[in-house]
Amino acid sequence: MIAIIDYGVGNLFSLTASLKYLDADAIVTNKAEDIEKADRIILPGVGAFEDAIAKLKATGLVDTIIEQTKKGKPLLGICLGMQLLFEESHEYGVHKGLGLVKGIIASIDEDLEAAGIEGLKVPHIGWNALSFTANEPLFKYIKEGDCVYYVHSFYGKDCDESTIASSEYGIKITGAVRNGKVYGTQFHPEKSGEVGLNILRAFLEV
Amino acid sequence: MITKRIIPCLDVRNGRVVKGKNFEGIQDVSDPVEMARFYNAEGADELVFYDITASVEERGLFTDILTRVASEIFIPLTVGGGISTLDDFDRVLKCGADKVSVNSGAIRNPEIIEQAARKYGDQCVVLSMDIKRVDGRFRLFAKGGRENTGIDAIEWAVNGVNSGAGELVVNSIDTDGVKGGFDLELLDEIAARVNVPIIASGGAGKMEDFSELFKHDGMDAGLAASIFHYKEISILDLKKYLREQGVEVRL
Repeated sequence: MIAIIDYGVGNLFSLTASLKYLDADAIVTNKAEDIEKADRIILPGVGAFEDAIAKLKATGLVDTIIEQTKKGKPLLGICLGMQLLFEESHEYGVHKGLGLVKGIIASIDEDLEAAGIEGLKVPHIGWNALSFTANEPLFKYIKEGDCVYYVHSFYGKDCDESTIASSEYGIKITGAVRNGKVYGTQFHPEKSGEVGLNILRAFLEV
Repeated sequence: MITKRIIPCLDVRNGRVVKGKNFEGIQDVSDPVEMARFYNAEGADELVFYDITASVEERGLFTDILTRVASEIFIPLTVGGGISTLDDFDRVLKCGADKVSVNSGAIRNPEIIEQAARKYGDQCVVLSMDIKRVDGRFRLFAKGGRENTGIDAIEWAVNGVNSGAGELVVNSIDTDGVKGGFDLELLDEIAARVNVPIIASGGAGKMEDFSELFKHDGMDAGLAASIFHYKEISILDLKKYLREQGVEVRL
């Protein structure tokens, strides 16, 4: 069973529908006991970091999530859910994250500007190709160069040791990370067609 | 780099796709779910469902269809048609839409753009515009292109983006149906003024029209209906052609 953590952030229709499509048994929950019983955890999320981390803390589930990942239970953070795994975010101020992945969340806009790159639109929205930095079980059903769907204005950086895939957008955008069995994807596998379904399928097997 | 998008638009009335014929290998060309499956398999990057519903019962039918499509097609889905309130946004987002397109609703109530952007995020709000030249100026038209609002279309686009529209659909009434290519003059003028993705609509008749479009700065996507529905162009062939022309696409 997969526990999709419900903390009032984002639309879970496509995520639950895609897991159902894969015949996975998933529940949307805000109960610690469900997360403890589950084989896998998914942390979804869209919106702003500060608001999301506050809402996640308000559920009282943070300790349970961290404890379960320490026991080796696989977790997948998606989009803002991935960003929450990082140590801190610089989205409108500095906010502490869960610290499960080393690195920070930074503004694409500011880093494009710092790199002297003009003419790229932010948010980074659309289909972009993945480059793998490691041979990972999460990618066993997809191939280098496959496109995934992104929608975001902030991105993970200073996370080289955890980065397992990236996409190019003037700067290197962290596409996916892994630390032990804690996974994160900046893109939306539940919106990335067959490729996305194959990433979710692989997560169900890690 | 972000790939250029090819987007088919499906007009749905009374639970059926309005345009569509000449398809081989599909039993029911008028079934929106069948069509969605077909376009997904062909490599469409996104689907737009346009609700041209006339009654409350039909509206229920539309959301049922949307739910069915979103339950098995996992690419971005945009819904337009009859959207004028936050409740309308809510209704279609709950059925699996990712983006919501406003057109006449925003003309009646421009505040809806900002309200929706604040509630659901800019990326969720698509401003769709029907534009036509009148006395040498680009004017915004309402009611499916039948009524001249007198509003300067370029200013409308700029204001819409400033209010929080995350994407623009620019439909040229002048080139629509002519199949002589997209309205590049209009599109360039808007692209020079905004920094959000632009979806060009109206005028595509052949594959070269898309490669020409993507040579222009700021063009992110090409949207069409009848040339895909009548199978004059296959999306898969189009994307292969574009890649040969050096345009980055998802294949």
